Amino acid sequence: MSRLAIVDSGGANIASLLFAFERLGVAAELTTDAETIRTAPRVILPGVGAAGDAMQRLRDAQLVDVVRDLRQPVLGICLGMQLLCEASEEEDVECLGVLPGVARRLSVSDGLAVPNMGWCATSPIRAHAVLQGVDEGSWFYFLHSYALPVADETIATARHTHEFAAAVARDNFFAAQFHPERSSRAGATLLANFLRWQP
Amino acid sequence: MRDGVVVKGVRFRNHRIVGDILELAARYCAEGADELVFYDITASPDDRSVDRSWVANVARELDIPFCVAGGIRSMADAEEVLNRGADKISINSPALADPGLVDELAKRFGSQCVVIGIDSRAESGDWFVYQYTGDPDKTSAAQRRTLDWVQEVQARGAGEIVLNCMNQDGVREGYDCAQLAAVRAVCDVPLIASGGAGEKAHFLEVFENAGVDGALAASVFHSGELPIPELKRYLANHQIEIRI
Repeated sequence: MSRLAIVDSGGANIASLLFAFERLGVAAELTTDAETIRTAPRVILPGVGAAGDAMQRLRDAQLVDVVRDLRQPVLGICLGMQLLCEASEEEDVECLGVLPGVARRLSVSDGLAVPNMGWCATSPIRAHAVLQGVDEGSWFYFLHSYALPVADETIATARHTHEFAAAVARDNFFAAQFHPERSSRAGATLLANFLRWQP
Repeated sequence: MRDGVVVKGVRFRNHRIVGDILELAARYCAEGADELVFYDITASPDDRSVDRSWVANVARELDIPFCVAGGIRSMADAEEVLNRGADKISINSPALADPGLVDELAKRFGSQCVVIGIDSRAESGDWFVYQYTGDPDKTSAAQRRTLDWVQEVQARGAGEIVLNCMNQDGVREGYDCAQLAAVRAVCDVPLIASGGAGEKAHFLEVFENAGVDGALAASVFHSGELPIPELKRYLANHQIEIRI
């Protein structure tokens, strides 16, 4: 059994995530099989593209309750973070609701572009095992047009035109708006921490 | 057997080139490059599919984002490159030939991975788009104003624009800040400057004067003339927000 199940929520950019775990010496399995996901010691919910399409794919694969009910460590990445929250403003989609908050569209102003594509300095605001060894102001790679506002469960923040939640955690769920698999050493640290995390 | 040797020679050369790609990619990654762009100039004159296994090799090696440009003419090409681990695809002439391709790519893969490359040249007080610039014999005016094309591809869903200023390309006299600033004014998605970088000051200039989100350069890094860590320290010292 793989130590790691990656929920196949569609989108093409899964290879870089698989390779990132390969660099950490971990074989990950890309799957939509409910039983595989339920029994995996750790689960990743990635996601690229639109929230509505991704939720539809989870519904089609009958994975909505499966993901909601997971008790093992779960890592949401990018759109996966937004899928874990209550809803997304993008096409007003209801999401899984295991993390609080509604993903809002980033605003265009002050010469800042949307989508936010690039490296952003990220500040941990609460200690968390998954961010251990990640310094204040570490740079992570972001690719997104929507983001969660800063709230009680926010673990780290970054700034576009406004401050937003770069990482959020509740119970066994940890989610990052950035792409750790493309965030050089800081990202590798986070992924290695996740593989050890005992919530 | 001579033919056999030639074939082997060709394959050997290809392997050697791929090896060099990986070596160079790993070096730039270690030196702190924020993103790499690979221009795949593999010719496919008879429309046979191009061997893109190198994309997966690069994706396996790199832990920073990378973009593949060149030779992506269809949804199937784009899907193959993205499935192999590229973070973005950049299209140029195929978008000019069929602008609807931009809409289709953005809808299927998301704007965040659809980069539009634009080769642009100053002419009689305006800027115009050129196509098929990979081949000097085929290069021609695309009959479009650059500022119009920038707005059109954004409306179609492009998530990033790489503006290659042809007047500056290869001359190392600095980026075309006037043109880039004009494009910036109509561009709400990330804008990457390309063409003209010759020294550190050119990078500072383009960030300060044209408001671009990124600066792309090739020869100045390949030649080893400008080490990336030195460039990034210089920019940070001049208050440009940059990952060190």
